Amino acid sequence: MKKLNWKDLSKEYFWRGLVTFCGLLIIILTLAISLFLIVKGTGTFVKYHHSVLEFLFSSDWDPMDSASEYGGKVGAAVYICGSLITCGLALLIAMPFSLAAAVFMTEISPRIGTKLIQPAVEIFVGIPSVVYGWIGLTILVPFIRNVFHAQMGGFSVLAAGIVLAIMIFPTITTVSADAIRSVPEMYRIAAYGMGSTRWQVIHAIVLPAARTGIYTGVILGLSRAFGEALAVAMVIGKTRAFPKNILSPTNNLTSAIASDMGNTASGGEYNLALWTMALFLFLISMLFILLIHVVARKKQEKETA
Amino acid sequence: MEHVSYQTDLQKDSNIMRIEKYAAHTKTVDKFMTGVFYGVGGFFILLLLVLAGYIVIKGMVGFYPELLSFTNDGIGNQFFNTVYLVVLSLLISVPLGMAAGVYMAEYAKEGKVLRFLRVSIESLSSLPSIVVGLFGYLVFILMIGAKWNLMAGALAVSVLSLPLITTTTEDAIRSLPPGYKHGSIAVGATHWQSIWWVLLPTAMPRIITGIILAAGRGFGEAAALLYTAGQSTNLNWNNWKLTSPTCPLNPFRPGETLALHIWGMRTEGSLNPHATEIASFSSALLVLMVLCFSLLARFLSRKLEKRNSGTD
Repeated sequence: MKKLNWKDLSKEYFWRGLVTFCGLLIIILTLAISLFLIVKGTGTFVKYHHSVLEFLFSSDWDPMDSASEYGGKVGAAVYICGSLITCGLALLIAMPFSLAAAVFMTEISPRIGTKLIQPAVEIFVGIPSVVYGWIGLTILVPFIRNVFHAQMGGFSVLAAGIVLAIMIFPTITTVSADAIRSVPEMYRIAAYGMGSTRWQVIHAIVLPAARTGIYTGVILGLSRAFGEALAVAMVIGKTRAFPKNILSPTNNLTSAIASDMGNTASGGEYNLALWTMALFLFLISMLFILLIHVVARKKQEKETA
Repeated sequence: MEHVSYQTDLQKDSNIMRIEKYAAHTKTVDKFMTGVFYGVGGFFILLLLVLAGYIVIKGMVGFYPELLSFTNDGIGNQFFNTVYLVVLSLLISVPLGMAAGVYMAEYAKEGKVLRFLRVSIESLSSLPSIVVGLFGYLVFILMIGAKWNLMAGALAVSVLSLPLITTTTEDAIRSLPPGYKHGSIAVGATHWQSIWWVLLPTAMPRIITGIILAAGRGFGEAAALLYTAGQSTNLNWNNWKLTSPTCPLNPFRPGETLALHIWGMRTEGSLNPHATEIASFSSALLVLMVLCFSLLARFLSRKLEKRNSGTD
């Protein structure tokens, strides 16, 4: 047998140490991001003594933009509400279409599904969000202005909802299609054996069996919609008011951060309020991850039970 | 005929009648729903064609030759910045992500650390890009005391692409047949030698597919660059002094990318009279680039599938 080669061995330890360090670096990076967000984001409450309830539920937004003065209002309810409504609307629009597309590419025509729809979905994912925003701005906004005669020239919750819907439908479609594919073939055979039509198999057997996977897709889509910034900012109208209907403009968290962060005095009340919004976004995305894990665990429990 | 006689025999039995009616009804519903599904499927493909067609055609219609120039009327500088920024970010995220992926696939033991690492990667990949941009702004700009610069943008984009590269590397290595590693270790290679000479080269095509996807995403990233790479660019193509703020290759200068340029051109009151044409052309260019990258990734993964099914 070959004698132990010290050069090889030290190399082994060196590289092992290096890749371990890189792995740990990712943990450190995540912790650093969370830490910075928490420190900066809680400044509104710790440094300027606003209450969390004020931030969440008050719609008085008038923070002082100066490094020394403070005492303004930091109620972000309009922004939070804007984010929630646009995401909800996007989900409402995208959900039926995504599910139908997922069913089509798995149950109805897998051939067209893999040859045409799968690549199409991948391209949809790849189109940059600013481009979606730009299309929304040049097609959707004028369209809504001309058809519905919206008051703010077409900048509206509806426009934001449609843009977001187009952005999240690939996510929901892909994840749902995977979930549907993983439903055991036996279920279908049994149902067909009892004389079910294809639609009966789909809506009474396959979709309920794939439910948890579909929930995961919906949550992933929602989290993408919630964090999307520029595409929404381009079409939402940036008006600080609760929307009266889906044709009125409003504002949301990401648009506010994107447009105002650069103009505020660092460390001031305005600046920190925006950081609190970022912290809120971060917490929401953590919540979505948690939800996905809860859904997955429920599924596992059901399968083992 | 047989069917009809069967029906006449049992005509009085209303139960059978009801069942047949029900069967006919379900069949109609089934046909209708099949039609709906085909409709939705067709709608999507149509939507993509119309969207992609609209973007590309609109971009080309407004084309004028200066668009390609490296001036304020053109997007040459922004295009260069985009490519340069993606290259810089890959230089950071590829080695880091691959190393972390190797660690996860080969060295890490199942346990708390690995579980925590997975949670970290999941959190990173679900972070809104604007939040990553803010983090980059805080750490790479404010804390260092620098001005907007390409390097800060590249670092922010790296944070976004790290999870993808890490998980692709891990999956690629894990999906290799165990015989590769066993064989290599059996002939006397150390663990690292097996990784370096056997596992990584065989897993490479899949890893490269992941890197291409990450690069494609980097091209279109905007929100993370808003407050890191900056929204201005001022290049002097005769200046090759690396430390000068107008030298194209200086990574520590502000560098607006194509995606940010579209964002900057959106307002009607934009100072540039060609704002619409510039934004449309930039959109077309971005979409074409993304399309090329996605085709390239597909082509690679298909080739890989063929190779694997041929040799295994």
